[in-house]
Amino acid sequence: MGNFITEITPNRPVYTDNDPQGELTTLNLGPTHPATHGVFQNVLQMDGERIVSGVSTIGYIHRAFEKIAEHRPFYQITTLTDRLNYCSSPINNMGWHMTVEKLLDIKTPKRVDYMRVIVMELSRIADHLICNGILGVDTGAFSGFLYLMEEREHIYEIFEEVCGARLTTNIGRIGGFERDFNEITFQKIKKFIKNFPPILKEFEALFNRNRIFIERTSGVGAVSPEVAMSYSWSGPILRATGVDYDVRVNEPYASYQDFDFEIPVGTTGDVYDRFILRNEEMWQSLRIIEQALEKIEKEPKGVFHADVPEFYLPPKEQVYNNMEALIYHFKIVMGEVETPKTEVYHAVEGGNGELGFYLVNDGGRTPYRLHFRRPSFINYQMYAPMSGGMLLSDAIINMSSLNIIAGELDA
Amino acid sequence: MGKISNQHLIEKLTAKYGEQISAISEPYGLLTFEATRTVISDLLAFLKNDEELKFNYLTDITAIHYPEKENALGVIYHLHSFYNNVRIRIKVFLPVSDPTIPTATLLWDGANWMERETFDFFGIQFTGHPDLRRILNVDDMTVFPMRREYPLEDPNRVDKKDYFFGR
Repeated sequence: MGNFITEITPNRPVYTDNDPQGELTTLNLGPTHPATHGVFQNVLQMDGERIVSGVSTIGYIHRAFEKIAEHRPFYQITTLTDRLNYCSSPINNMGWHMTVEKLLDIKTPKRVDYMRVIVMELSRIADHLICNGILGVDTGAFSGFLYLMEEREHIYEIFEEVCGARLTTNIGRIGGFERDFNEITFQKIKKFIKNFPPILKEFEALFNRNRIFIERTSGVGAVSPEVAMSYSWSGPILRATGVDYDVRVNEPYASYQDFDFEIPVGTTGDVYDRFILRNEEMWQSLRIIEQALEKIEKEPKGVFHADVPEFYLPPKEQVYNNMEALIYHFKIVMGEVETPKTEVYHAVEGGNGELGFYLVNDGGRTPYRLHFRRPSFINYQMYAPMSGGMLLSDAIINMSSLNIIAGELDA
Repeated sequence: MGKISNQHLIEKLTAKYGEQISAISEPYGLLTFEATRTVISDLLAFLKNDEELKFNYLTDITAIHYPEKENALGVIYHLHSFYNNVRIRIKVFLPVSDPTIPTATLLWDGANWMERETFDFFGIQFTGHPDLRRILNVDDMTVFPMRREYPLEDPNRVDKKDYFFGR
């Protein structure tokens, strides 16, 4: 080994042929620009303030997750999924666990599904809060962001109560959760769904009919549904163009079919529509959480995982005191459990769109191949082409409203 | 879940492509089959444009490497029909000595980066691709790191050897 880098080649020139007079300026936006919220480099050709063309360079925080995943047993891959979309890591964790459950044909109890739904919808709210809050900041409205950040903090406190971590949660197990929700968790969730609506209302009052905000955002980055689907967009930005595709409805997982909620769609697909749509999705998420809390009451108490001793890590006290638990613990950690030799694709509706896991299993200790279908990566490829003709300041808010997360982009 | 049964899909596709389609299976209800690279462009276009099937959405393109097989590199397409809510998975296996396959960018703009990523990690040459460069790795990398012969870490390292856990 050691032959990876042979020689340093000069950077590729960017579109030298469409500027014969030498009138255009080349501008490096990023990789670390305060307005781009992450490691994104775009080499832009500018005519004054207007972008003529651009090229995106990505991969600055590529960590070879797919390669690492080929060398790790299932439980150790959960921590990799945390670091994809770190604004809503519980969705990634559970998406991965549900992929493995689908592979192993594990049926989770309804109560587990509802607990998962609560946590996933809370993380969806946290994800959308960040996106819409930052969009406000980028358009010059700082105060809305501050109102919302307090609420995100409350969501993180709930995660902390459930699993002990806040950002990279590593939440849950194959088959369910590592522990039941305690009383404080339920209190915190109830307090959140009581206190959050007025704040979201106030946030909407600050923005929705705000003339400055509308003029700043409406018409910016408008995309037709045909183009959006051709670029394989998914998630809120696809729905903002008017396509009602949501994995929660099209292929329900975690008992989403039991819930009564709506999929909001936009009409123009511009930044304003995406903003409104994300706000509406937060209302729908609140609806789902309320229903889930009601449904959990009716389920048998204390059930927080499926009965799959071969895959569900036993509690530590039992490992120390119980022979069977020790055996199972050892087998799981060492990856000695039989798994089917097949392949599975499972998708969940992440904060940014369809987060898919394509797992090819050869029955060994680790996956033979694991591919993440990362929505940010696929959504971002249209960014540079659609920036052509935009003002620089519009391109900035367009990137904010696409909600590209660098961790998910580069994987 | 979908409005079209896998059985109907199989009949329709084998009637049109016959021998070119093989290894049909349905793991977890998702219709999977292998196709040859001579028909893949035509097959994808047919799936996309057929009035009944309408697989209008390209979910993903990726690849897989089985070093022990004759045709070691597999390109894997996941398509989705929004109209019928059906998914389909198509695999095309290619020899390592000649890993070329026609591009899907003529059908879906979104295939551009997916194919670049596949090229970057597996070295699949998508003929007709407008801009086939590396995307996540550095431009001057000379290998295709997701192929099985490249270990995760430098094998000459001795400080991380763990004889008991098989790493």
